[in-house]
Amino acid sequence: MATPMALQIGFFYFFAGLAIVCAIMMVVARSVVHSAIYLIGALLATAGIYLQLRAEFLFIVQVILYVGGIMVLFVFVIMLVNLDVAARQRQFSKQLWLALLLAVVLGGQLLLMAHIDAPIFNSTGVPQSLPPNTAEVATSLFQTYMLPFEIASIMLLVAMVGAVLMAKRRDA
Amino acid sequence: MIPVTHYIFLSLALVTIGVIGVLTRRNVIVILMSIELILNAVNINLVAFSRMFGTVHGQVFAIFIITDAAAEAAVGLGIIIALFRNRETVLADEMDILKW
Repeated sequence: MATPMALQIGFFYFFAGLAIVCAIMMVVARSVVHSAIYLIGALLATAGIYLQLRAEFLFIVQVILYVGGIMVLFVFVIMLVNLDVAARQRQFSKQLWLALLLAVVLGGQLLLMAHIDAPIFNSTGVPQSLPPNTAEVATSLFQTYMLPFEIASIMLLVAMVGAVLMAKRRDA
Repeated sequence: MIPVTHYIFLSLALVTIGVIGVLTRRNVIVILMSIELILNAVNINLVAFSRMFGTVHGQVFAIFIITDAAAEAAVGLGIIIALFRNRETVLADEMDILKW
């Protein structure tokens, strides 16, 4: 059964607004722990948008891997590293206004590009019945994208070894 | 249905906020978190296009990007721990040992 139009639109704008507000709060928050919590909010809002786009498998991956894995890693490191000194110092770099100007110029360029190309992307997509999303993703992952999948697993192994090597004490 | 353009504009806003975070903050951990936000914004685009074309390829690529983000976070946080052990700081502009 298709969800009513108004409900879908409400879902999208609610999660989009939540994501943008959380992202802004993450950048301006003074404490790093607050930044991490706002980033978790933004990631969960993105997960809601995946659900609204009927990407159920990606929704679960986002919640488990991003919020449950990567963010826990971040919080661990925040606790490991002594941040009391850093929290009392200046939070923004000396080139704040130059950096803001550059970021706004970049945003304006992207906006212009998206605005020019908007007619191409204005379609709402093919109307389709709800597919068994997880099965489709698995089929694609293990048939069409088998080699990239294996390369990604090797990359994860290398990253794991690298992370252990980096964090290891040299004299031990 | 919501047109794909709206997803593109959302992704654009998140990328710009992430770039502002990378360029203006001094704390290395917040810079890494902003990079995660940028990668996440790219994923929104991929999934929206995947929905637009009615195929699943965009979602598979989004999974690869999440894998990449996990690897990058692990190595980056390892580097931060090593740096903090050697230099006793997490501020990006105090890590100037290569600057002469």
